[in-house]
Amino acid sequence: MSNCSCNSTNALVPTIGVVTDIRVDTPDVKTFRVTGVQGGLCFDYVPGQCAMLSIPGVGEAMFSITSSPTNREYMEFSIKKCGILTDWLHEIEPGQQVAIRGPYGNGFPVDTVLKGRDLLFIAGGIGLAPLRSVINYCIDNRKDYGTIDIVYGARSAEDLVHIDELKTYWNSLENVSVHLTIDNPQEGWDGHVGFVPAYVQELGFDVDRTVLVCGPPIMIKFTLASLGELGFEKSQVYTTMELKMKCGIGTCGRCNIGSKYVCKDGPVFRCDELESLPAEY
Amino acid sequence: MEHRVYSLPKKRMGELFGLISSSRQLFLPMEKGGQFQFSRVDEHTDLEGVSLDRLLTAGSAKELFFPQTQQIAAFRRRGKEIELTSAETLTSAFVAFGVRACDARSLEVLDRAFLGTPRDTMYEEKRSKGTVVTLACNEPEETCFCSVFSIDAASPKGDVETWIAGDTLYWRPGSEKGAELTQELDALLDPCSEEEPEGLIQLKQQIRSIIGKLPLGRLSLEQFRPEALQELFDDPAWQKLSEPCIGCGTCTFVCPTCQCFDIRDFDTGEGVQRFRCWDSCMYSDFTTMAHGNPRTSQVERFRQRFMHKLVYYPANHDGLYSCAGCGRCVSKCPNSMNMVKVMKTLGGAQHV
Repeated sequence: MSNCSCNSTNALVPTIGVVTDIRVDTPDVKTFRVTGVQGGLCFDYVPGQCAMLSIPGVGEAMFSITSSPTNREYMEFSIKKCGILTDWLHEIEPGQQVAIRGPYGNGFPVDTVLKGRDLLFIAGGIGLAPLRSVINYCIDNRKDYGTIDIVYGARSAEDLVHIDELKTYWNSLENVSVHLTIDNPQEGWDGHVGFVPAYVQELGFDVDRTVLVCGPPIMIKFTLASLGELGFEKSQVYTTMELKMKCGIGTCGRCNIGSKYVCKDGPVFRCDELESLPAEY
Repeated sequence: MEHRVYSLPKKRMGELFGLISSSRQLFLPMEKGGQFQFSRVDEHTDLEGVSLDRLLTAGSAKELFFPQTQQIAAFRRRGKEIELTSAETLTSAFVAFGVRACDARSLEVLDRAFLGTPRDTMYEEKRSKGTVVTLACNEPEETCFCSVFSIDAASPKGDVETWIAGDTLYWRPGSEKGAELTQELDALLDPCSEEEPEGLIQLKQQIRSIIGKLPLGRLSLEQFRPEALQELFDDPAWQKLSEPCIGCGTCTFVCPTCQCFDIRDFDTGEGVQRFRCWDSCMYSDFTTMAHGNPRTSQVERFRQRFMHKLVYYPANHDGLYSCAGCGRCVSKCPNSMNMVKVMKTLGGAQHV
């Protein structure tokens, strides 16, 4: 429930939250911890849902919530510096208030389809952000899910986000395996080198898993091809989309793929459903 | 519930407007500042500019319910703090008189878009406060094609439906809201003894006869089914159809069903005001993101607009088309490209 003080019923009116902590993940990604002004979550959500963050006068944009809703203390957003608002956010310090509204979108089917399944998470770059919410949700509800494999790649070792969590937390858990890769060899990196789609094929997973993929469009495209070659059906694979959004409630008119609105009907799509839509994304 | 018909001598319409505007805001189609548009009138307004003969206002009645700009919120930033200083303003009860059948249908289209879950409370507020008094189109024009969408301009659906037949205004409530307004106008409106007066029957016949002869009245919608979505999306005709489009967005601004909007902040120096304002899918930056744009050229943007109206919207709303055939885009496009040409080309010109 909202801990913020605004009583507006207008879905476009934000509430005020506060950034309590900022972590530097990579040269261009920071993770921002946000709470209500009185602490706690600004609103409830499910993994895969998004929120609109804004600094009034600077801009407002949609970001996936990277923390798991099992965390009742704060929300986290991993944000890449790539525009007016995100440039600004990268300059702020803890204590800065932000305007926030949400949650938006459908989220991953964590309490239905994913339950009891062995899960394979595949992420590229900042694409780990929305999947991290699901991963931590599954870990916090461990008995409800099977084995967890995480394949994650980035351009370089410095571009891997949430690296401490990947290496020291997730990797230390029973039945959780982390497989890291970077695009090109570099000094000090003794892990796998190569693109994510090829690494997935190399690792060769059993086809009884449910797969969650997020990353740059080109990575998703080739990963789906790799999964196909391994024998996975598109109906086993979920991904999460990103298109320009202003409202978050399916009315401003810009995030549609065919008749589906990413902000409302997505951002999570099963890949066979996505394939049935016009390829305009 | 079938409501009875009332009448009023046309020459007493000024009194009617006076009585309405004594208790509610009244908007009438009138010539103002060189534009024919819905404008607010009160007891001081010179009704000279009001025209109930001219068919269509430049902008549609949509503007009364979904204004071009609307404030969402206001903020004040002090150091690291952000204060939300105000929310939306409230609307007074109002009456829109002289809304044509096409514009009335467009409100139905907007209702489905804005009153889903979650509801758009700004639109809902205006919709709940507004009473729509429609006016039958005595002389539909060549650019009209509302009948294609099963809209009857001879009997326009609204909270109140009106007709001007010769020297008489006929008035029939069409909803509870309309019945309420009718009651308030009790002193002026005269209940007719017949269910449908002879003058009204004749006028409707006349109108329907004109509509039957309109050149665009036989456009086919057969092709525009949700099942044909992919096929229509892939149609090579979009290339040619979109060539004249300069992306000016005029069609979207005059369109009664276009609903796209942007959210913008304006720094007044004393604080930040956040507005929503109309936007257009015809503009290149409409879908531009930090990492690219899914609609890179005018072909994609043009296709989006028409696919939305004829296929995507109906797919989401039980087959209701997001076009009311008002013809504004037909008369206003600087390059003579419009809905009709798209429908003819994609729908198979043999139907026309």
